[in-house]
Amino acid sequence: MEIKTKINADDGKQEIVITRQFDLPLELLFKAYTEPDLVEQWMGTKVLKLENKRHGGYQFETTDPKGNKYHFSGAIHNFVLNEKITRTFEFENMPFGVQLEFLVFEKLSNDTSKLTMHTLYETGAQRDQMLKMGMTQGINMAHNRLEEIVKQIK
Amino acid sequence: MEVRRDVFQAIADPTRRAILSLVMLQAMTPGAIAENFDSTRQTISKHIQILTECQLLKQEELGREIYYHFNAKKMKEITDWLSPFTKMWDTRFNKLESVMKKYKSK
Repeated sequence: MEIKTKINADDGKQEIVITRQFDLPLELLFKAYTEPDLVEQWMGTKVLKLENKRHGGYQFETTDPKGNKYHFSGAIHNFVLNEKITRTFEFENMPFGVQLEFLVFEKLSNDTSKLTMHTLYETGAQRDQMLKMGMTQGINMAHNRLEEIVKQIK
Repeated sequence: MEVRRDVFQAIADPTRRAILSLVMLQAMTPGAIAENFDSTRQTISKHIQILTECQLLKQEELGREIYYHFNAKKMKEITDWLSPFTKMWDTRFNKLESVMKKYKSK
């Protein structure tokens, strides 16, 4: 399957830029970030709090198969409808520190849109650690997906 | 002795990426590589040195000349390292797209 997501992580830097084009109108793409029940569906997390406004905050929760809970949270620094969200992100109780995220939403056509997610880490080492964890998560996700498929076959 | 350089640092530079794409096609001498650039030979040879230190280029002596080869195995290590992260986000965004398409048609 074609990978539509592009990730730029130049070495020696402490940032990552993720870009993706969507087969969705801009307003719908943006809504996926603002409606708690939609966020829950695509992120696979529980939304404990989501105040998309200047000086707002958010907190998400995921539960692993063993029942361990993980929290992700941050402060919304700025919110411009259908344009931009500036927020912090923290994987609570993990050694990755706090990141600053700039989410830029752009209209490409009436039915297509683009998201640019620019993440700044406190240090380059933290960024690399996060990328490596992404690797582990990617493998886990592939396994989970496989499990789901296998269960359906049974 | 200098600490061995990080492979990611090596490919972060556009000139070094250009050198890699040249050598990918055929093994070349430092002189032949330098001819493709406006930079001085010293600059290019420094770039070659960095690429060699992180094993993206391999040296081979043929007579009095040194030829540089592209080390595909090392390059694969890099792409393998980043690709699961890309895959993770791609899967997540595919999900976003399908959730929102369903939402739209409701």
